[in-house]
Amino acid sequence: MLELIQRLFLREGSASKDVAKERLRMVLVHDRATVAPHVWEALKVDLIRVISRYLDIDEASMDVQLQTEKDAVALVASIPVRRVKRGPLPGGGEALGPGVGAAP
Amino acid sequence: MSEVIVITSGKGGVGKTTTSANLGAALASLGKSVVLIDADIGLRNLDVVMGLENRIVYHLVDVVEGYCRLNQALIKDKRFDNLCLLPAAQTKDKTAVTPDQMRQLCKELKAEFDFVLVDSPAGIEQGFKNAIAGADTAIIVATPEVSSVRDADRIIGLLEAESMPPPRLICNRIRPAMVRRGDMLGISDILDILAIELLGVVPDDESIVVSTNRGEPAALSQGSRAGVAFRNIARRVLGEDVPFMNLDETNGFLGRLKRMFGSTR
Ligand SMILES: Nc1ncnc2c1ncn2[C@@H]1O[C@H](COP(=O)(O)OP(=O)(O)OP(=O)(O)O)[C@@H](O)[C@H]1O
Ligand SMILES: [Mg+2]
Repeated sequence: MLELIQRLFLREGSASKDVAKERLRMVLVHDRATVAPHVWEALKVDLIRVISRYLDIDEASMDVQLQTEKDAVALVASIPVRRVKRGPLPGGGEALGPGVGAAP
Repeated sequence: MSEVIVITSGKGGVGKTTTSANLGAALASLGKSVVLIDADIGLRNLDVVMGLENRIVYHLVDVVEGYCRLNQALIKDKRFDNLCLLPAAQTKDKTAVTPDQMRQLCKELKAEFDFVLVDSPAGIEQGFKNAIAGADTAIIVATPEVSSVRDADRIIGLLEAESMPPPRLICNRIRPAMVRRGDMLGISDILDILAIELLGVVPDDESIVVSTNRGEPAALSQGSRAGVAFRNIARRVLGEDVPFMNLDETNGFLGRLKRMFGSTR
């Protein structure tokens, strides 16, 4: 009943401010998905360091980017693997913390 | 404890200069000593909004370049002894000043005044960087439009990158009837999106146009609703807990109907 009256008076569901708010939300998902260049470089260096413990990767052909879908952002990395490393982790005792890096 | 506050927005024409003039006048009327800096070099406006355009001799760039002393360039307000304006240069451009020079200027003024208010130009380039250089805190002005709120979000990010404390928001030009109809973003919508502290809500008000015509800040005229809003903002800046004008709430016929039915929407 109230809904009906509201729809009649407010054209609820098509209220232009709802449209504005939704458009703002979407546009900001994209706007905010920018990372400062120096932060980005630091992130790549860290990624390479961690992954290289387990895999021999081709750093030069690695491609890391933020992809914005309709209303979400994802970190998408394509990292060519040359070889899976075996045996003890390089660096020996350098632990990554409990539960991490327990190689077979 | 003195404070340098920059008034900025990203988007142009949303009310930075109006806010600077009115907040300055309101703070002065509350007994604080205030200096307004027009940092919009090349597009000087604050002098006209304050009604001080005929008194300008020197300007900000003259001070920075050493053509005059700082005190010679400060223009005393007509109404308050404790309110001054440092006008922008009209014939130079933004590159005539550096962030370091602005920092130094703000430091000197901070030693003499309770409040230094910096009216920032639109945009995010050099003029903006100059305006925020010497500021302790920032006030962001936004109107209830997609483009303005989007730009405000960008500015919030840039201020954060400069390690400034979280800015506070003034929503300007709210039209309560349109908000009620659902045809304008309301305060709660804007706060949802920007997630920053609200400092004030200023209605869209003809008295702003009238007072700007006269060169007398609306904050000084008793009958103006926008003036009341700016006086409230000044008191909040001074740390007082002043309730917000209730513009967002559904009043009128539907509001009464909703309350009758006990709706929580
Ligand atoms: N609350 C209000 N009600 C009605 N008119 C307003 C209000 N606030 C600002 N205006 C009008 O909007 C116009 C732009 O305001 P103002 O010059 O303060 O914006 P600005 O952000 O300083 O612009 P710029 O980016 O060009 O420096 C002016 O004509 C002013 O009178
Ligand atoms: Mg302006």
